[in-house]
Amino acid sequence: MHDDHSDDHDHNHDHDNHYSDMQARVKALETLLTEKGLIDPDAIDAIVETYETKVGPRNGAHVVAKAWSDPDFADWLRRDATAAISSLGYTGRQGEHMRAVFNTVDTHNLVVCTLCSCYPWSVLGLPPVWYKAPAYRSRAVIDPRGVLAEFGLTLPADKKIRVWDSTAELRYLVIPERPKGTECMDETALAGLVSRDAMIGTAVAGSPEALS
Amino acid sequence: MNGPHDLGGQMGFGPVAPEKNEPCFHAEWEKRALGITLSCGAFGAWTIDESRHARENIPPADYLSASYYEIWIRGVETLLTRHGFATREELLSGHKLQDGTAPKRVLKAEMVPAVLAEGGPCDRPVDGEPRFAVGERVRTRNFNPATHTRLPRYARAKAGVIEAVQGSFVFPDDNAHGKGENPQWLYTVVFDGGEIWGEGADPSLTVSIDAWENYLERA
Repeated sequence: MHDDHSDDHDHNHDHDNHYSDMQARVKALETLLTEKGLIDPDAIDAIVETYETKVGPRNGAHVVAKAWSDPDFADWLRRDATAAISSLGYTGRQGEHMRAVFNTVDTHNLVVCTLCSCYPWSVLGLPPVWYKAPAYRSRAVIDPRGVLAEFGLTLPADKKIRVWDSTAELRYLVIPERPKGTECMDETALAGLVSRDAMIGTAVAGSPEALS
Repeated sequence: MNGPHDLGGQMGFGPVAPEKNEPCFHAEWEKRALGITLSCGAFGAWTIDESRHARENIPPADYLSASYYEIWIRGVETLLTRHGFATREELLSGHKLQDGTAPKRVLKAEMVPAVLAEGGPCDRPVDGEPRFAVGERVRTRNFNPATHTRLPRYARAKAGVIEAVQGSFVFPDDNAHGKGENPQWLYTVVFDGGEIWGEGADPSLTVSIDAWENYLERA
């Protein structure tokens, strides 16, 4: 349960030298807090299991697929995303106050938190490292096209870019445009076209051809 | 505060490096760091705003070279000592040396699903109507407090438009420092890229922030 043998993940990371130090530091902290009766190591396991297996981008993909399939749900999502999303069972920490922003033919939406790492956990799970790192947080607001190019996404020059900086407790979910050629697909199949990055705005939805 | 966390518009950090098929965690200690941070938050001794400010106070050179979970651990260590749950000596030794503050609650495994599902809503009722209306032009204030704020430097003293009144929320600038929740109206304010970045700005860019009423003046 409390496996500390994780060296195989550490070697290619930017912060190599910090990682072995951090392993010892965090182990010491957990031991101390457990001895003081302040934390329950089993609760930590339960938190980790929640975000490894239960709460992740599948939740958000379900929301997007339903919005594509059900105009009434899409309207509800526009008016009150918190309620619409919670009707699908996705609630809670870092999703208490949700807003859904819809990509259109004219406008592409991109979400960032320049001040920390605000992210809609209830629908996307824990944020990826790049979302929390200085390169993305610094440049998303000043050079979004440059950032998108690093994700392999080039938008038409006349497409407007709207960047949402998550400075308060509202959490933003991008609803990508529904790809062409998906008219016959049901919600489950549509959800398979929706990546985590498409719901942050650093990608668009996948095409059905790419799946087959 | 004008800390290392306030990154919007800074340069020199290189390209964004997305990782293909990124795992949920990159090391076991990251899992423990997440769980420890959330478990300590459950004590009820500090707010999310105070915990953000603790992270912002990490010296810039350390902050910018740390991974995000390292930032969290440094922040939670500060909060544990500030609120009397642990001493510096205990953090260094990794063992209990004395009794400390008693928490309001200890997060047990069986409580985790309900606590995560409930989260921590920050909307609060306020007396009175919003001062600004949708479509109104506003200007963000120019200030540089040494204390916590959620108005990024790049968006200070800029003219924008109220796009939405989002409700009333806990005011982090006060709440981070134990001055109470003092809820205020919160607005989505949208700025043209040119207003923020000036010459050479991407003409197709607009940027929005969510701003508390106290951050705004009539333009």
